Amino acid sequence: MSVEVDRVSYREGVRVVAAIAATVWFFGASFGLLARAGGWGVLAPFVMSLTTFAGSAQFAAVSILGTGGSAAAAIVAAVLLNARYVPISISVASLFHGPRLRRLAEAQLIVDESWAISSRGRGQFDRGLLIGAGLVLYGAWVSGTAVGVVGGEALGDPKSLGLDGAFPALFLALLVPQLGDPRSRAAALLGGGIALALIPFTPAGVPIVAASAACLLGIGRRL
Amino acid sequence: MNVWLVVIVVGVATVCFKAAGPVLLGQRRLSDPIAGVVALLAPVLLAALVVTQTVGGNNELVLDARLAGVGAGAVAIAARAPLPAIVVVAAAATAIVRLLA
Repeated sequence: MSVEVDRVSYREGVRVVAAIAATVWFFGASFGLLARAGGWGVLAPFVMSLTTFAGSAQFAAVSILGTGGSAAAAIVAAVLLNARYVPISISVASLFHGPRLRRLAEAQLIVDESWAISSRGRGQFDRGLLIGAGLVLYGAWVSGTAVGVVGGEALGDPKSLGLDGAFPALFLALLVPQLGDPRSRAAALLGGGIALALIPFTPAGVPIVAASAACLLGIGRRL
Repeated sequence: MNVWLVVIVVGVATVCFKAAGPVLLGQRRLSDPIAGVVALLAPVLLAALVVTQTVGGNNELVLDARLAGVGAGAVAIAARAPLPAIVVVAAAATAIVRLLA
């Protein structure tokens, strides 16, 4: 029974990855386009997508430099946005085996969407989905960036396609199955509440990192 | 140049952030109090992502067409639609509301 369930959800996982990859590709293309238009040249946006592989931080860096912000301001904003990967990577640490260098390389495939898709609830994650989705999304992000840098004007604006509204709905769909027990519900409510309360007063990125404090509700209790 | 400084510093920082758990912890078994905290990371961070991606801005709350996308997505979730359909419904609702607004 459980094998059957796993196989079905795995297949659904593959389909979801395809839909998300198309969305991520468009955002990669618009990052490439915006960076090129902002005077970044051809190579720098490409290198950033290869190494940083995190959309929100890359868009923040382009927009801050583009509106006359300093390098320091762009770095602080992007680093704050990506600081969430510390708790995110801790949550999936047990999936990574082998030598440190291999773990370091594989860990680069952790991105919001691959992490969310691989989540199985009760703190469990599926290694195959995390790595598989990560590889597909990495390819989509980098190739999208390359196309955007070279000829992004030909593509539509991802916002006019509503793609920015697709991501929160995806995260909501992946959150709902995790709310089976009262403690998870309380922690999710508290985390969402902390994020909402901080949004008007802090730079983007801070609300998510601060929200992870809600995990302390789980202290000393195994699920 | 500014751009390369940003690309390199942000790149190195992000690589380290993503590697923090897998490289420093790996398969080491977590003590029970910590394991209880880590188990809640997924629901908490997903909830925070839902909120920030729906109404998040830089130092401001932004109420725009994304709200319609998440609302339509929530209806699709309640109707037990498959995940790819939820994503498509949310994008379509966002696009339509943005077009009309």
